[in-house]
Amino acid sequence: MSIDWNGYDPAGFYDELIASPGVPRGAARRLTDYLATLDDEDIRARKQAAELAIIEMGISFTVYSEGENIDRAWPFDIIPRVIPRREWEAVEAGLVQRLTALNLFIDDIYNEQKIVRDKVIPEYVFAKSKNFRQQCRGFSPPLGVWAHICGSDLVRDRDGTIYVLEDNLRVPSGVSYMLENRQVTKRVFPELFESSSILPVDEYPAQLFDMLASISPRPQDYPQVAVLTPGIFNSAYFEHSFLAQRMGAQLVEGADLVVCDDDCVYMRTIDGLERVDVIYRRIDDDFLDPEAFRADSMLGVPGLMRAWRNGKVGIANAPGSGVADDKVIYTFVPAMIKYYLDQDPLIPNVPTWLCTGDKEREHVIAHLEELVVKPANESGGYGMLVGPHSTKKQRAEFARLIRDDPRNYIAQPTLALSVAPTLCEDGLEPRHLDLRPFVLQGVRTDVTAGGLTRVAMRKGSLVVNSSQGGGSKDTWIVDEED
Amino acid sequence: MLSRVAERLYWMARYVERAENVARMTKAFQALSLDMPKSVDLSWKGLVAVTGMDHVFDEHYQRADDRNCVKFLLADTYNPGSLFSSLRAARENVRTTRDLVPTEAWEQVNELYLFARDHLDAGINKRGRHDFLSEIVRRCQSLTGLLAGSMSHDAAYDFVRLGRNLERADMATRQIDVGAIRLLERGDEPRPYEGLLWTSVLRSQSGFQMYRQHVKRRINGPDVVRYLLQDVPFPRSVAHALSQVEGALDDLPHNEIPLRVAFQARRHVLDANVDKLIASGGLHAFMDRLQLEIGELHVAIAECWFPEAELA
Repeated sequence: MSIDWNGYDPAGFYDELIASPGVPRGAARRLTDYLATLDDEDIRARKQAAELAIIEMGISFTVYSEGENIDRAWPFDIIPRVIPRREWEAVEAGLVQRLTALNLFIDDIYNEQKIVRDKVIPEYVFAKSKNFRQQCRGFSPPLGVWAHICGSDLVRDRDGTIYVLEDNLRVPSGVSYMLENRQVTKRVFPELFESSSILPVDEYPAQLFDMLASISPRPQDYPQVAVLTPGIFNSAYFEHSFLAQRMGAQLVEGADLVVCDDDCVYMRTIDGLERVDVIYRRIDDDFLDPEAFRADSMLGVPGLMRAWRNGKVGIANAPGSGVADDKVIYTFVPAMIKYYLDQDPLIPNVPTWLCTGDKEREHVIAHLEELVVKPANESGGYGMLVGPHSTKKQRAEFARLIRDDPRNYIAQPTLALSVAPTLCEDGLEPRHLDLRPFVLQGVRTDVTAGGLTRVAMRKGSLVVNSSQGGGSKDTWIVDEED
Repeated sequence: MLSRVAERLYWMARYVERAENVARMTKAFQALSLDMPKSVDLSWKGLVAVTGMDHVFDEHYQRADDRNCVKFLLADTYNPGSLFSSLRAARENVRTTRDLVPTEAWEQVNELYLFARDHLDAGINKRGRHDFLSEIVRRCQSLTGLLAGSMSHDAAYDFVRLGRNLERADMATRQIDVGAIRLLERGDEPRPYEGLLWTSVLRSQSGFQMYRQHVKRRINGPDVVRYLLQDVPFPRSVAHALSQVEGALDDLPHNEIPLRVAFQARRHVLDANVDKLIASGGLHAFMDRLQLEIGELHVAIAECWFPEAELA
């Protein structure tokens, strides 16, 4: 028995591969036709091959459980998600537009604050933002770019519209899994890569290196670039070492670095101290420099902020970039695009309610059952309420939380996230997913071809985070067949 | 190259070498135990003693029988020198230096660890033991070959060589000290099975075949000791390992102190008069001193290149 596309029903959701039961979307036709030729045995064998490859390649992420760190194999679904190239090019333009505006905003907010003076964004919005850093006031990094690496989460609603759900400007992760997913898929479905034109994704590490090199304080061909990791216990450690390896950069921990009297950053090597030009930090602001931020940080490097402000080292993303990561600031991004670029946003925001106005707040609280409520400054899907899946007790709890700290919560309608066929126990079933493309901004701006597709493996679930039972898929940007 | 990374590569190589040594040793002893008649008392505990972990063994086991000893040597996680502990530590060290070692090497260490984890039971059982241990040795060897053939022979590789050869020298001295001296102390007159026992000592270091080719005489104690200690061309002899250490040290920066310690240790090894040491009963004291020197060499390397914080 092979896959019967007539028997696959996305139950009214937008499906990424098929237009209606039995009718594939143009860009996905080769894939669905090919899958239909495989029998159950074949599919199972390929699924096993993928699982084995993931274990052997050591593609893992770390979860905390009962005080222990467990290195888990990366959850992966072998059926790729397909996006037509023409559609993707529009998304790409929208992402470039968005990050450009966000960087102009961050630079403005730490300097003249024109956007506040012109009353486009009220002052309270960032004055109370956890990620607004006084230590960054009056400074502008090279190229005026603060957030060099951005991972924006995109979702598709029932009618096919793509929205930006949130922007991750602090230390977005997942790009290594995007690259590894492709490696695994190439092993599992080599035939498809021969017959379809799927855009390659492996340029990313080279682009990342070029971007990092472009913010080096010493104009050299090969600046010393280091990836600063919190260490092996961090859930994204795999990615840190992966990127360092692919870029030929050093993977360093805080203790490997020292800032000397000349305000330059050095790493401790077997030859003695060696200067570091650019740091790709994967540590949150709070832990970056115990002299400037949390004094109890064991992960950071004392004096790093001093070195950065004196132009002796490039840091990506720049400290303080997280201010634009805030979900309340998010609601103002379309206004920023208009204000700084005088353009209309190419990708819309998800309609969002703030809770600071009395009327809006009471509306949110009255409609908790239909809404998704998120704290303004969390990531990883933590601390949120998914209204339709919530209990009465949870809703009462959130009503209290919102009233206590209205600035810290936003609410959005529960989107009917799109689905894609996913290999489950009993064959292909629709599962909800999102997409995290990665955008690099330096001298030029690059967008990954596709990104990391995260899929909620549990039936009906909307939570795609790998720490909470999410899986992933390879993402194909494909030329549509004529 | 980061000091921290140098340290991890060094330990990765030491742990892989340790695992391989434990596997070889256990395999050789296993073969010997099958050859020996029941009347000969063959103590598996002696094998544990070679690793220097007999006190840990005594804390956990009442009986030093075949199964307990082998389980202790191969599987027990509270034995930091067990094959499984070593492979786990090796994997952890590669996992934290994945940016530097070739991807295939990481995959190989990872698979090696997974293989050991999934087949430990077979390794403890008499029936599956030989195959299990052979596979471990084979995989360790293939990792060594892979690193030699795909990693730039730069400072990072020098630290791998240092770790591997220091561990090898350490193990060879233990084999001689514990394994060989036990045999020598039995007195002068040749006894039954002595040839077999010495053969087993050689096999623990995979030296039987090479010994036969290079030492043309009948297998005897002093020759075996001399071979394992001083034969420079034999890659598992103490002298060879120490000359490899010197070679690796040569290219590293600020190498004066470690190089001096290494040179001295090798001179002591080559200058030793084995016959005299055996005749005067001084071999044990000599091996003891040599082990201390190997320990000093490790400290000199650590003080020279590894991060200070982790020395404390």
